[in-house]
Amino acid sequence: MRPFEYTRPARAAEAVAAVTADPGARYLAGGTNLVDHLKLGLTAPTALVDVRDALDDTVRTLADGGTSIGAGVPNSDLAAHPEIRRRYPVLSAALLAGASGQLRNMATTGGNLLQRTRCVYFQDVTTPCNKREPGSGCSALEGHGRDNAVLGASEFCVATHPSDMAVALCALDARVRVLGPDGERTIPVNGFHRLPGATPERDTVLSHGELVTAVELPPPVPGARSTYRKVRERASYAFALVSVAALVQVRDSQFVDARIAFGGLAHAPWRARRAEEVLRGRPVTEESFQVAADAELAEARTGRDNSYKVPLTVNTLASVLRELTEEDR
Amino acid sequence: MTATAPGNPATPVSQPPAADEPMARIEGRAKVTGTAPYAYEHPTTEPLYLHPVLSTVARGRVTAVHTGDAEQLDGVRAVLTSKNAPRLADTSDLEFAVLQSDEVTFHGQIVAAVAADSPETAREAAALVRVDYEERPHDVILRSDHQDLYTPGEAVAGAAPDSHQGDTDTALARSVVLVDQTYRTPREYNNPMEPHSTVAFWETLPERLTLYDSTQGAHTVRATMATVFGLPEENVRVIAPHVGGGFGSKGAAKAHNVLVGLAARALPGRTVKLALTRRHMFSLTGYRPPTIQRIRLGADTEGRLEALVHDVTELTSRTKEYAEMSGLSSRMMYAAPDRTTSHRLTALDVPVPFWMRAPGEAPGMFALESAMDELAVACGVDPVELRVRNDPGADPQTGRPWSGRHLVQCLREGAERFGWQGRDPVPGHHRDGAWLVGTGVASAVYPRLTSPGSAAEIEYGADGRYTVSIGAADIGTGAWTVLTQISAEALGCPVDRVTLRIGDSDLPRATVAGGSSGTSSWGTAVHAAARAFRGEHGADPRPGARTRAEAPENPDLERYAMYSFGAHFAEVRVHADTGEVRVPRMLGVYSVGRVINPRTARSQLVGGMVMGLSMALHEQGVVDPRFGNVVNGDLAGYHVAANADVGEVEAHWLEESDPHLNPMGAAGVGEIGIVGTAAAIANAAHHATGVRVRELPLTPDRFLR
Repeated sequence: MRPFEYTRPARAAEAVAAVTADPGARYLAGGTNLVDHLKLGLTAPTALVDVRDALDDTVRTLADGGTSIGAGVPNSDLAAHPEIRRRYPVLSAALLAGASGQLRNMATTGGNLLQRTRCVYFQDVTTPCNKREPGSGCSALEGHGRDNAVLGASEFCVATHPSDMAVALCALDARVRVLGPDGERTIPVNGFHRLPGATPERDTVLSHGELVTAVELPPPVPGARSTYRKVRERASYAFALVSVAALVQVRDSQFVDARIAFGGLAHAPWRARRAEEVLRGRPVTEESFQVAADAELAEARTGRDNSYKVPLTVNTLASVLRELTEEDR
Repeated sequence: MTATAPGNPATPVSQPPAADEPMARIEGRAKVTGTAPYAYEHPTTEPLYLHPVLSTVARGRVTAVHTGDAEQLDGVRAVLTSKNAPRLADTSDLEFAVLQSDEVTFHGQIVAAVAADSPETAREAAALVRVDYEERPHDVILRSDHQDLYTPGEAVAGAAPDSHQGDTDTALARSVVLVDQTYRTPREYNNPMEPHSTVAFWETLPERLTLYDSTQGAHTVRATMATVFGLPEENVRVIAPHVGGGFGSKGAAKAHNVLVGLAARALPGRTVKLALTRRHMFSLTGYRPPTIQRIRLGADTEGRLEALVHDVTELTSRTKEYAEMSGLSSRMMYAAPDRTTSHRLTALDVPVPFWMRAPGEAPGMFALESAMDELAVACGVDPVELRVRNDPGADPQTGRPWSGRHLVQCLREGAERFGWQGRDPVPGHHRDGAWLVGTGVASAVYPRLTSPGSAAEIEYGADGRYTVSIGAADIGTGAWTVLTQISAEALGCPVDRVTLRIGDSDLPRATVAGGSSGTSSWGTAVHAAARAFRGEHGADPRPGARTRAEAPENPDLERYAMYSFGAHFAEVRVHADTGEVRVPRMLGVYSVGRVINPRTARSQLVGGMVMGLSMALHEQGVVDPRFGNVVNGDLAGYHVAANADVGEVEAHWLEESDPHLNPMGAAGVGEIGIVGTAAAIANAAHHATGVRVRELPLTPDRFLR
């Protein structure tokens, strides 16, 4: 491990100033991803600015009935929080589907959003990877591709985003509050993570020095039913082959609204706007599930090893919608 | 230092001295309180830490090693390369010819190493070492039509590579029912909890090498190190009181042992410590090679086998030959009059494969027991009944009588306990909500091996205790406890009057903890020593009385076919939408002779079953043919079963004793739990879904529709 400066400021503004001043500096929160990267040689920051004292670690109700989650709230605490469990069960379920108990104790809300892909080539410094070393090439395109993205990928990168939490946040239309050198801004979580395009080294729209300070959830949708389904070959402690966060509102056996997000399919959590559009106003039938799923996956591009993801996603979404609408058919 | 288990026996069983009583691990308290020293934890003074640099090409030549950046780091004491590493006395075994030439023969080979004052510095310096290669084309993928397939020699295979009994071609042509299918298993890695680690100290005048090593065989490692470094065996000492799992991968010295020896020799007077990382283990400590197995079964309409052909294609390494003998079980398992087996290898630019729990039987019985299930379906015969119908009265391979073949009892008792009766054989018929539910069965087999060459010493002390010494290894199996029980039984004294000493090559020679042979081999030596001790010193010995004896030869090994058997039953649920496979229930019934210490025996059997579940559902080293490496070489990428994957697991055994095997009547139980387990699960998945998966692991995509 290479030597680096370590500081632990008490206030977020100090942390932002410290990282902004040093292009080689990085924020450290729970460290569940970054520390691995230090060991693997994926990154060699000049300074680590530990934000655990600087970040809000509380969950608060907002004036509009929404909820603010401090970026320092550990994943375990957030999953177990009574308000989250009662009002946003899809978020609690997504958190509990991720990682292991030990990791969830350390990992923070902000850090979870910013975790990086587990693409095996990204994590192996001996192989080319555009995300790790721009311009070096993508080893996954023609390599081991079971986990590769099928939506929104580019010739430069086919990595998938690993977070479960972020998938639920996308379905909940969460907003990410960010503090930067020029002050605060709020970014919709749908749009916070980038598709790779020609610059896969950038996972999110954040600039250097910007620090996630909170995640805000709008008030729960009245009458909505929700669930999080994670499909994985190992029953725990595995990243999703595909995951689905879904909220539906149904009246008179018709979909009034649906909010659906996928994990495991793309460089970012994938909000399934097409499927949602198809479902709105449609009857609650097997055919609707299928048409919606097919519409979302119509532009999927698969390689040698990941074609299974298309039928798997279609089946999983149909399964989730079936489960959520059992009483409506 | 002599290795003895710290702490007192947790629950001493003072009388009667019967080895088949349940007894808690005598080192259990030390282990759970963190005071049982593993190899890396032995106290040392100002040690140096070693970190290897591994090749990033699969084949070629190192043209330059740039060590300047590494050498400039504070705390770096040496950077070893093939240019400056000490020369070895014997480089005939290329796996052990570490840093002796610039040739690279597999991805992940040791091409340099850094010794430094801290492990962090060593690791960082290793990352700063740059290696230039002249790369040559490599070949790392096993194919059944590979042009370089050859037949391994008997010396490497440990048995004849081919067998022919009767005329299988004619028999297959005549058979009314045929199964002709090809089964595949991937690269699999042992991944014991304790990574391979070694602490070495080199003394001069005279030259002596001492290793604290994580090994299944202190004497085995000693012999290799003595040969490679040109030292007399008595000048090499290997100490291993506690070992955190091995599963075969610590059954012999590996390249890292030689590397740490080289560093110790280059830096005499300093202790050198090396713990491999999980990633290092994916190229340096062996793996189960992938297999391609074609099985042809010919039977009559009642399912009686007329012919059995098992053709195995596997890879070995160009660095060192290794033959996984996957077809051996097919030579003795069932009563087919005409049987043929063959093994073909192709040597590739890959790391050296090595033992992994039930080498040969584990992949081989996945294939055979899957094929037997296909035959049961084809004949419309219950799969338990099919196996009963084909149970041979004597060993079909040698004609010898069985020392005890109780497969049918295992199947019957397992069927009873599992609730097999009344099973609807039609696949895809049973559903519980979104889950398709099925049940499956497979047989298990493992030879009852006893390795010759162990010795034990017994000394009576003034404190009234017997000290029993043998250089055996406890790799988590319970050897500390079981050998104490065997000693007490053999001496006719309570267990709390026995002090056991194991895990040290300065103790009487012991064979490796492998092939499920440890208890049998070491226990035989202990019995011989006890008999000799009583003969010399009587029932009331004077303090200081001491006797040493070798395990005698067992003439019954040539008279009887000695095998353990078992029956595995599994319930499998496959999600109708996602193809996810879960195993809520597994049950095994075993015939393993007399069971010594039911607590530790059950632990091993259940552990084997869980590892078989892991093999069935998860384990797969994925090779990238472009680079020649395993791309998922860590525990995030290489999945082993987690707690959530394991449902109810029951292990039972028949009450029996094998009078021909050894004085204890007991066979080893380390491996049989993994044999056939994956087939039982795959067969159950077929019963659940109608989808036959012939290639492990059973990932969800295979069941998608």
